[in-house]
Amino acid sequence: MAQFTLPKNSKITVGKTWPKPEGATNVRKFQIYRWNPEDGKNPQLDTYFVDMDTCGPMVLDGLIKIKNEIDPTLTFRRSCREGICGSCAMNIDGINTLACIYGMDEVKGDVKIYPLPHMEVVKDLIPDLTHFYAQHASIMPWLETKTNRPAKEWRQSIEDRKKLDGLYECVMCASCSTSCPSYWWNGDKYLGPAALLHAYRWIIDSRDEATGERLDALEDPFKLYRCHTIMNCSKTCPKGLNPAKAIASIKQMMVERHV
Amino acid sequence: MQRYLTDRKRADGLGSGRHGTHHHWHMMMTSLALVVVVPVFLVTFLAGFGGTYAEVVAYFSQPVPAIIVALSLIVTISHVTSEAVVAVEDYVHGARGKLLIIGLNWFSYILIAVGLFAIARMAL
Repeated sequence: MAQFTLPKNSKITVGKTWPKPEGATNVRKFQIYRWNPEDGKNPQLDTYFVDMDTCGPMVLDGLIKIKNEIDPTLTFRRSCREGICGSCAMNIDGINTLACIYGMDEVKGDVKIYPLPHMEVVKDLIPDLTHFYAQHASIMPWLETKTNRPAKEWRQSIEDRKKLDGLYECVMCASCSTSCPSYWWNGDKYLGPAALLHAYRWIIDSRDEATGERLDALEDPFKLYRCHTIMNCSKTCPKGLNPAKAIASIKQMMVERHV
Repeated sequence: MQRYLTDRKRADGLGSGRHGTHHHWHMMMTSLALVVVVPVFLVTFLAGFGGTYAEVVAYFSQPVPAIIVALSLIVTISHVTSEAVVAVEDYVHGARGKLLIIGLNWFSYILIAVGLFAIARMAL
């Protein structure tokens, strides 16, 4: 049975409130989810105050400032700081997004930050993406060919290349999959919007010769058809992509094979 | 139970079930049918509404109202049952979910049988 309430040991408690920076006049309040697997305590919501006059404009800038100047134990993933690596995906102000490209001016009131929803937490803002990555691997995210020639590069028309736009840009941040209720309840079997968007990226590639096999692998009531077109994925995607449309296109191809 | 499975094996599970499109197509078809059937049913049903018992029975014993009501009954219950089964698959897992799906299907068959019997009794 799907679980609609948090287990006792996952209920969030009030955490530590860190002191305001001295002399600062332009202060922003951050409330951040903290959980340490080693202390045996419930998760807590810590409160920090950041001097905005000495902080960059993005939420990630705030987090880095907190880690550097207030609390070095705060744990989160980050790398590129420009929306390319997908590392800093988290739930900010109720929206799954990338902290590096989400401006603090987009948040009204306190900046509330939680890890991506409905995932096992490794620590603080770091979700366990092991299964998510394994699902991505399962859709064979590479070019499959059966023809040996040409031995050099395979040519693609401008029109066929355009079909990959809106698909290849996905950075696998998991914002979409973790915003999807179907993925919350059946993430063990349902591939989720990110993996399905990538599946479509290879299905639609004019150079790929495994279209039938790829569709065969998705012909399943759970792997593909657990998508109920809720559209949270497209709404939340920090890169502005449309996984729901990609999934609908796969379903359309499936129907074309049958009818 | 502790199981030492690779991440990939967990993600692959038992592999593709090799079906799903048929159900998806069935839902599309019944949805489209309902777009037509529901307004026609409402118009037909309301036209025979408000009379005496004998008048209502006489109205639904005519071929067109009787067939429209029977059609609405079959398409609606078939569609709603399929949706309900998906909802059970979503939220109720394991043996309990499977039993619930069996029960839902039986319930829908009974509803259709009872409905058709009632229409037949009026029409014939």
